[in-house]
Amino acid sequence: MLSAVVFLPLLAAGVLMALPGLARRAVQAVWVAAAAADLALVAVVWAGYLGAPAAVGGGAGFAGPIAYETDLAWIPSVGSGYHIGVDGLSLPLVAMTAVLFLACAVYSLRARQPRPRGYAALFLALQTASTGLFAALDLLLFFVFFDLSIALMYFVIAGWGHGDPAGSALRFFLYTFVGSLALLVGFIALYLAADPHTFDMVELARQTPLDGRAAAGGAVLLAVGAGLAVKTPLVPFHTWLPPAHTDAPAAGSAILAGVLLKMGAYGFARIALPILPEAWRAWAPAIAVLGTVSVLYGALVALAQNDFKRMVAYTSVNHMGYVVLGLGAAGTAAAGSASASAELAISGAAVQLVSHGLLTGALFLLAGVLHERGGVYDMGAYGGLAAPAPRFAALLTAAAFGSLGLPGLSGFIAEFQVFTGGLGLAPAATAPALLGILITAALLLRAMQRILLGGLRLPSGTGFADLRAEETAAVVPLLALSVVIGLVPRTLLDVLAPAADALAVLVLR
Amino acid sequence: MTTTTLIALAPETALALAAVAGLLVGGWLPRRRQWAVRALALAAVAAGLVATGFAAAGPAHTAASGSYAVDIGLHAARAAVLAGTGLVVLAGTDGLAGDRRESEAYVLLLLAAAGALVMAGANGLLLLVMGYLLASVPLYALVAFGKDARGTEAGLKYFLLGALFSVALLGGTTVLLAVGGATGYPALAVGLPGAHPAAAAAGAVAVLAALLFKAGAVPAHFWVPDAAEGAPAPVAAFITTVPKIGALVAACRLGAALPQEAMGNWSLLVAAVSAAAMVLGNLAAFAQDGVRRLLAYSAVGQVGFLLMAVAASARAQETALPGLLYYLAAYTLTNVGAFAAVCALPRAERLDQWRGLFGRRPWLALSLVVCLLGLVGTPPTAVFVGKLTVFTAAFDAGLVWLVVLAAATTAASLFYYLRWILPLFQTSREGGADSAASGPAGRWSSAVAIAAAALSLLLGVAAGPVLDWLGSGVPGISPSIL
Repeated sequence: MLSAVVFLPLLAAGVLMALPGLARRAVQAVWVAAAAADLALVAVVWAGYLGAPAAVGGGAGFAGPIAYETDLAWIPSVGSGYHIGVDGLSLPLVAMTAVLFLACAVYSLRARQPRPRGYAALFLALQTASTGLFAALDLLLFFVFFDLSIALMYFVIAGWGHGDPAGSALRFFLYTFVGSLALLVGFIALYLAADPHTFDMVELARQTPLDGRAAAGGAVLLAVGAGLAVKTPLVPFHTWLPPAHTDAPAAGSAILAGVLLKMGAYGFARIALPILPEAWRAWAPAIAVLGTVSVLYGALVALAQNDFKRMVAYTSVNHMGYVVLGLGAAGTAAAGSASASAELAISGAAVQLVSHGLLTGALFLLAGVLHERGGVYDMGAYGGLAAPAPRFAALLTAAAFGSLGLPGLSGFIAEFQVFTGGLGLAPAATAPALLGILITAALLLRAMQRILLGGLRLPSGTGFADLRAEETAAVVPLLALSVVIGLVPRTLLDVLAPAADALAVLVLR
Repeated sequence: MTTTTLIALAPETALALAAVAGLLVGGWLPRRRQWAVRALALAAVAAGLVATGFAAAGPAHTAASGSYAVDIGLHAARAAVLAGTGLVVLAGTDGLAGDRRESEAYVLLLLAAAGALVMAGANGLLLLVMGYLLASVPLYALVAFGKDARGTEAGLKYFLLGALFSVALLGGTTVLLAVGGATGYPALAVGLPGAHPAAAAAGAVAVLAALLFKAGAVPAHFWVPDAAEGAPAPVAAFITTVPKIGALVAACRLGAALPQEAMGNWSLLVAAVSAAAMVLGNLAAFAQDGVRRLLAYSAVGQVGFLLMAVAASARAQETALPGLLYYLAAYTLTNVGAFAAVCALPRAERLDQWRGLFGRRPWLALSLVVCLLGLVGTPPTAVFVGKLTVFTAAFDAGLVWLVVLAAATTAASLFYYLRWILPLFQTSREGGADSAASGPAGRWSSAVAIAAAALSLLLGVAAGPVLDWLGSGVPGISPSIL
């Protein structure tokens, strides 16, 4: 069942590649149909998980029970298996991935990309890589999907970007590939430290092979952490992100920020916390500080941007900083305790992953609308767009408010939990991050004011039509989900909170 | 020579017989009907593969009075050498068909392949010398096959270095015979522990140097870029692939024959060579604009990664040997696939001449992308699993610094492979006069490129059973088989 969720998009991509001479409309129809079918399957999985995890092929996991588990031998001689399953931590991300990819498919319905077949096939393959990564319960499988996502996104940026796509894509590939190799070295060390040697995450989390070996644990955490930090991205490893975002096509940016960045932060929660608990606790204060630095640096640099898309890109650095701050703060709780603050901080970090995926996805798609109409991202070139494009203005405002953490939207739920948990555990590291919220609010409001209010100002020779049906249909569900999570957080927390609790117990054991 | 020996050596025999028959027949065939020799070569390769399949089912043993080891190392080397040779012959069809000396090319390829196999199976230094010569002499001629200035220069360079290192090999053999009292590995393993350590080390290093020359590793790599550029493209594919297989398996066997107390130094020496090869090869490839020189330096870098397994085999044979054999097979498919794309577009010598290939020949471009990303080690291609197992073995053997260096150079290698990948997707410039990608592409070599790319993906996904098989024969390479 879960394998179908993972590989259905790849199958559709194969169908697209195997049928030459397909008309543009047909290609787009296949893409949307595949993404929609995948989302429907995810809905079934979600319902099954809520009903009774044990009844749908579950087993004991490390972040709550695992459902829809498949464990087949893949390379038995190196102790690696095709082991996938969903638990409370991965299921929301799998669902968010399916939603965001469908939104991108719908958004691209009217777009005039050259070579639509390759574009659709790449996105579908990317969907398989992303879903597979979140479902993977084997380090090697995780790494395979991690690297695949990098390679596929490289082609999306290089092939369909604007500006200097080749340079940006190259920088993205090199940076994240270096990170992935650090990750691989760390994984090999974990594999060799385990007895018997294995890449299986569940088994490794049970063994925690490097506990009691501070130097080795720290070194492996450094390798794994560096790899994940590049992808997250944490300051100072973030320099690939702004050019990659600025030059990527709109849907590519949405996926890059919404899904691919999550892989790094998710990796911290999925791998570093449960498998290297002792090392994580030892370095948790430093990690929390790194998160805070990312929060502040991302916010301050975003404040200085005139380029709308670059600004959104830097707010991603800011938002992912909250995630790392939450996870780091959780590690500072006393070992062996059942800390409610730690549970709250982890839960907040996990909600932030989902929330940021939805909101940034929406923001980047709207940035794509801006570029498509006016040809530039420069905020100075636009003004008073609320008059000719009320729908665009409403959605942009909603997304920006969500992004700055307004209560009633998902961002608030996430950041509130991170701060409530973090302030109790690591006040010195967490308190400065509050400033980040203030700066983000200021910069987003200023951007709204510049673009939407005042007299109408447009790049010469362009008009600004309001959102078309496809564009609205792509963005509205993302924001609607954010509102649902913001107003009724239980929809998400029912699944997520038990996993966060279990994770807190694991890291503090 | 007994019948059992002949059966045990069936793949080598098939190659040698086909070479002799091809030479005889080729002399009488008219120019347009030399395809018969090609068919003969392919038949020999196919027969060799079938014989390998049967031989691999049996237990490990030695043939020819203990001088030839028929074990998992040889089986895997046979599979890789034969598959590589077959693919090269097919990929060379476009360029060679109708050539005045077409038959000779196939004959020389077959002989060199047989030489690589003899190196891989040699259970003693004398047979290793024979294998070395058999794998070298035909290739000297093949590199200069085009009879043009570049080819002649490359051939001369290759020949001079080869002659120098064959002297080193003979000298090393003599020294080891003098101090160890034998040339066979099992006897050497008994004789060397009591021998003078410095003399034994000198002999072993001299032999290793010759093997490094065949593998194209630092410091004996100077011939690789020139030969890859000067030789016909299929020959370039062959010399950067097939001799490596024989040389690296032979290096493993040599290492296993050395006394236990010398293992640390041996491992360190090979690790140092490996580090030098991966750094030099991968960094030198940065500045290359010619695709063949780029692939040549990439081949030097790849030997560095492969040598990690040889360095690790001293301490972690259970993981190092299967890793090496798997990586060799994966590298063979991937490298031949990339060179097959070069064969398909012989006029596209510089990177910018590949501009716009994806628009015109999507399948050829895609297979080239798969091969190049495969050489980087991107999953799920086979080289990724090869690198993974080799890295793991080196880590296990305590060579953590080498693993870190290998990861760093792998990341660096991505840069120059991307320099080639990127133009494929860019649209041709106005006029397109500089783009050789718009010209006709060789049908056979395109097919080989696509097949090799598909096979490398398949081998990567099916890594489990293959690695199990390769691991089942361990410890396969050890002088304990008497």
